[in-house]
Amino acid sequence: MEIVLAIVVGILYTAGVYLMLRRSILKFIIGLIFMSNATNLLVFLSAGLVSGSPVFVDGEKINAEVMADPLPQALVLTAIVIGLGIVVFTLALKYKFFELTGTDDLDQLKKTDN
Amino acid sequence: MQYILLLFLISSLAIFILPGWLKKQKALVLSAVQVVAFVYFAARIPEITTAEAKYIFLEWIPALGLNFEFLLDGLTMVFALLVTGIGALIFLYAKAYMKSYEGTDKFYLYLMLFSAAMLGLVLSANLIQLFIFWELTSFLSYFLISFFHEKESARKAAFQSLYITGFGGLAMLAGIILLGSVVDSYSLQDWINGAESIRQSNFYLPGLLLILLGVFTKSAQFPFHFWLPGAMQAPAPVSSYLHSATMVKAGVFLLARLSPVLGGTNEWIYIISLIGVITMLTGSYFAITQTDLKGILAYTTINALGVLVLLLGINTSESIKAAMLFLFIHAFYKATLFMVAGLIEKKTGTRELSKLGGLVKYMPFTFVIALLALLSMAGLPPLLGFLGKELIYEAKVQSPGIASLVLILGVTSNVFMVAVSLFFARKVFLGKPNTFGKTPNEKGAAFLIGPGILVLLSLVLGLFPGNLGTAVIKPALGVVSSEMIDVKLKLWHGFNQVLFLSLLTVFLGVVLYWAMLKKKKLLETWRKVNSVIFSIELDEVFAWVMNKFVQVAQFKTKIVQHGYHRYYILTIFVFTSLLLWFQVFVIRSWEFDLSFSLNPFYISGLAVVILGAAITSAVSRSRIVTIISMGVAGYGISLIFMYYSAIDLAITQILVETLTLVMFMAILQKLPRFAVLSSKRTRLRDFFIALSFGSVMTILAIKAVNVNLNPTISDFFVENSYNKAFGENVVNVILVDFRALDTLGEVTVLTIAATGVFLLLKTKNKKL
Amino acid sequence: MNSVILQLAAKYLKWLFIVFAVLALIRGHNSPGGGFIGGLMAGLAIVYNGFAYDTFRIKERLQNFPEWLIAGGLFVIVLSFFPSLLLGETIMSGVWLKISLPLVGELKLGSPLLFDIGVFFTVIGVTLMFIFSLTQKR
Repeated sequence: MEIVLAIVVGILYTAGVYLMLRRSILKFIIGLIFMSNATNLLVFLSAGLVSGSPVFVDGEKINAEVMADPLPQALVLTAIVIGLGIVVFTLALKYKFFELTGTDDLDQLKKTDN
Repeated sequence: MQYILLLFLISSLAIFILPGWLKKQKALVLSAVQVVAFVYFAARIPEITTAEAKYIFLEWIPALGLNFEFLLDGLTMVFALLVTGIGALIFLYAKAYMKSYEGTDKFYLYLMLFSAAMLGLVLSANLIQLFIFWELTSFLSYFLISFFHEKESARKAAFQSLYITGFGGLAMLAGIILLGSVVDSYSLQDWINGAESIRQSNFYLPGLLLILLGVFTKSAQFPFHFWLPGAMQAPAPVSSYLHSATMVKAGVFLLARLSPVLGGTNEWIYIISLIGVITMLTGSYFAITQTDLKGILAYTTINALGVLVLLLGINTSESIKAAMLFLFIHAFYKATLFMVAGLIEKKTGTRELSKLGGLVKYMPFTFVIALLALLSMAGLPPLLGFLGKELIYEAKVQSPGIASLVLILGVTSNVFMVAVSLFFARKVFLGKPNTFGKTPNEKGAAFLIGPGILVLLSLVLGLFPGNLGTAVIKPALGVVSSEMIDVKLKLWHGFNQVLFLSLLTVFLGVVLYWAMLKKKKLLETWRKVNSVIFSIELDEVFAWVMNKFVQVAQFKTKIVQHGYHRYYILTIFVFTSLLLWFQVFVIRSWEFDLSFSLNPFYISGLAVVILGAAITSAVSRSRIVTIISMGVAGYGISLIFMYYSAIDLAITQILVETLTLVMFMAILQKLPRFAVLSSKRTRLRDFFIALSFGSVMTILAIKAVNVNLNPTISDFFVENSYNKAFGENVVNVILVDFRALDTLGEVTVLTIAATGVFLLLKTKNKKL
Repeated sequence: MNSVILQLAAKYLKWLFIVFAVLALIRGHNSPGGGFIGGLMAGLAIVYNGFAYDTFRIKERLQNFPEWLIAGGLFVIVLSFFPSLLLGETIMSGVWLKISLPLVGELKLGSPLLFDIGVFFTVIGVTLMFIFSLTQKR
């Protein structure tokens, strides 16, 4: 299963990079979201896959052998929320850019003034 | 002695908050501070002749081996006395000179700070600390040269000197680090103890050359000498203080300081002597044909610096003795002459030699002072200059190897000096008086006190040099040179080879002077020849280099900063995937201990859905389809999290994905449709780049499976989640307890993003 | 967008959502949930309400509500540092208070819970600020 998910990661990266290379800003932002999802999945994958055993301790009892790794989960949770912040900020920037220039084309960003 | 530095620092700032009546006399206040420092150092002369050198150690960054180390020994004493003593007279002189200018607060601030930096430099017993003070002096010199910043030439000269001395300073830092790595310390004492291993190491020659680069740029040695005449744009007190008496001697100081560590090798003797000789000749030769008063003085200063460097290069006790004495001599007469030049400029409004003449009628005292100083410069008895010249000849006679050549060149340069000195006195003070706008006078006692005291010193010490020798020169000699010799200074040496050389020098000098005065054609042709040489002067080479530098930078910027957003992105991904592929091929481990399986089938099905969504999103031309496919992929990932025991992740992912979708939808109506912007070929190229990156990331993901992210950390979290933090949900406990600081950072990022979005969209647009 | 059904649903479901969000926050320490999840849920509830009516109207009514939420949330977070500081421990280490109540049983209150509550409010505020900024009339 890990291999299938690794391929999913690869495809998500491919879609992300392809979209980020477009000239439309909207596509760029969607590419960014794909990239961030792919990276989250990659980190999650690297901890190993454990199904059906979430990281809960029952009182004092500890049964760590079958439990999933909590650390990458905490990392990815933080990354998801920060990713949201970045995406929305980029969206706002893009919106402003569109309002100012009336175009969606990133090549118009070349000029620094006017 | 660190308190003296502190006193300088405080007093330099204190001039801004002085009460009104005292503020008018701020120059006198600062002068008094200098006198205090001078007395402090002078009172310690007996200590350094008898007791051990005084050493102070203050911790700074001990982890990096950087500390404040101050050392007061014989060599430091020589420079400290010069800096504070001449400093006191300069501030006195500046009071009169700067009276008519704006912004004198700033001027005194810089000058006092420079004084502190210079003192710090000579007191330093740690090479890194010395470097810092060294750069500070360059920096303050920049501000002082550009004091008349409304003049373009002043700004240009200031930049030039900053670039050159700054470049040399950086080279010196590299040299210090290189040699410091040999003994693993930057402390001077460690260097001296490890001198043998430094001289033996492979780093010796490169380290020496780099340090010499710093020395030669600072002390205006050939081929870097040209910044010094340029620096004459500065006000006269600055020229007198920085560019003749103290700062330019910093290089000489460093040579003397490091002579016990690096000196005595063939490389040392030949490189330094050669540069010194060339500089000496260049300085005196060009001094002859200068027409500007300060220009003449600048080139004679270059000559003197060349002589000093040469003497330290010869590196015998005799030569170092001569160098130490010459330091004093030169400071005495040159500071005097610069002050006189400033006075003349002030009173007559010109520094041009051809416009001056007959000033003895208006300024008799100035004439006497200048004449004595000039005689000292020419090396005539009974002034201190004569004594110095005798000692220098003696040192050259005894110099190893190329003695006769050095001697001949030395005599030649001194012949020029004699001629220049006489010519200066004749042209400025004697002859037919020119008509000036207003009648020159010598009102203003502050103008003459400084030069007067210095000239008096030249005269008195010339007649009775004994104490200077035993009290100051001898301890300095003991620091620089390993063998102790007795320093007995006398005016009269008896009839010997050296006296004959002196007589020869004076005779030829007078002949040259006579020729310059009587054969007008000779001097004019000479000037023409020199102006041809000037036209390919290093000044312009420097300008050319700087110009090319800017051009190359512009060219590079045009290529790298092209302004196309997608090409920046493209560069990043192409290089990243190339590096990763390289790594994959180099390691060449293609085996994975994973078997390909499609169990459980519903996750495989989910994978197919995500793939489909990703591809649809990438190629669709409809905005809605693109965004919805993106959402499908995100929800699919949250299901994967859900299946593989990450409940919190799954919930968060679903919520975030929903929020993202909502926002896209909210803004979608206001955005234009997708247009086809790229050609088919571009898209194909981008597809391959993306595919290359994606596949290398797949390989990375497979390799990364079961990489243990330091299990002890995770185990710690699991074990202590309930015991210490009373929580059963380990992920949440990590977020709010174990790693609460990270969460705080995250919340801060969110807040900043929200504020950014708010401000971006709140402001009204100016229509473009 | 003026659907009566949606508006009616939003009117009541909004509160249900918020109750669930608070539940997720409180039980977060022992079961799935926590400040982020709760905050996003509550934020989405208000956003949902906003879409059912008119975001702009909701925004008018709420005035500077998001700003206050963010400020208050950050303030609560800072507040949660004090217990450990006052006890002379390393900053941010958890301090717990056990209270035995007759009906509920043992109740554990700790500074991490306070921290989580701060995160909860900040996230609501941030979510609302995002949405309100992006949907405002230009």
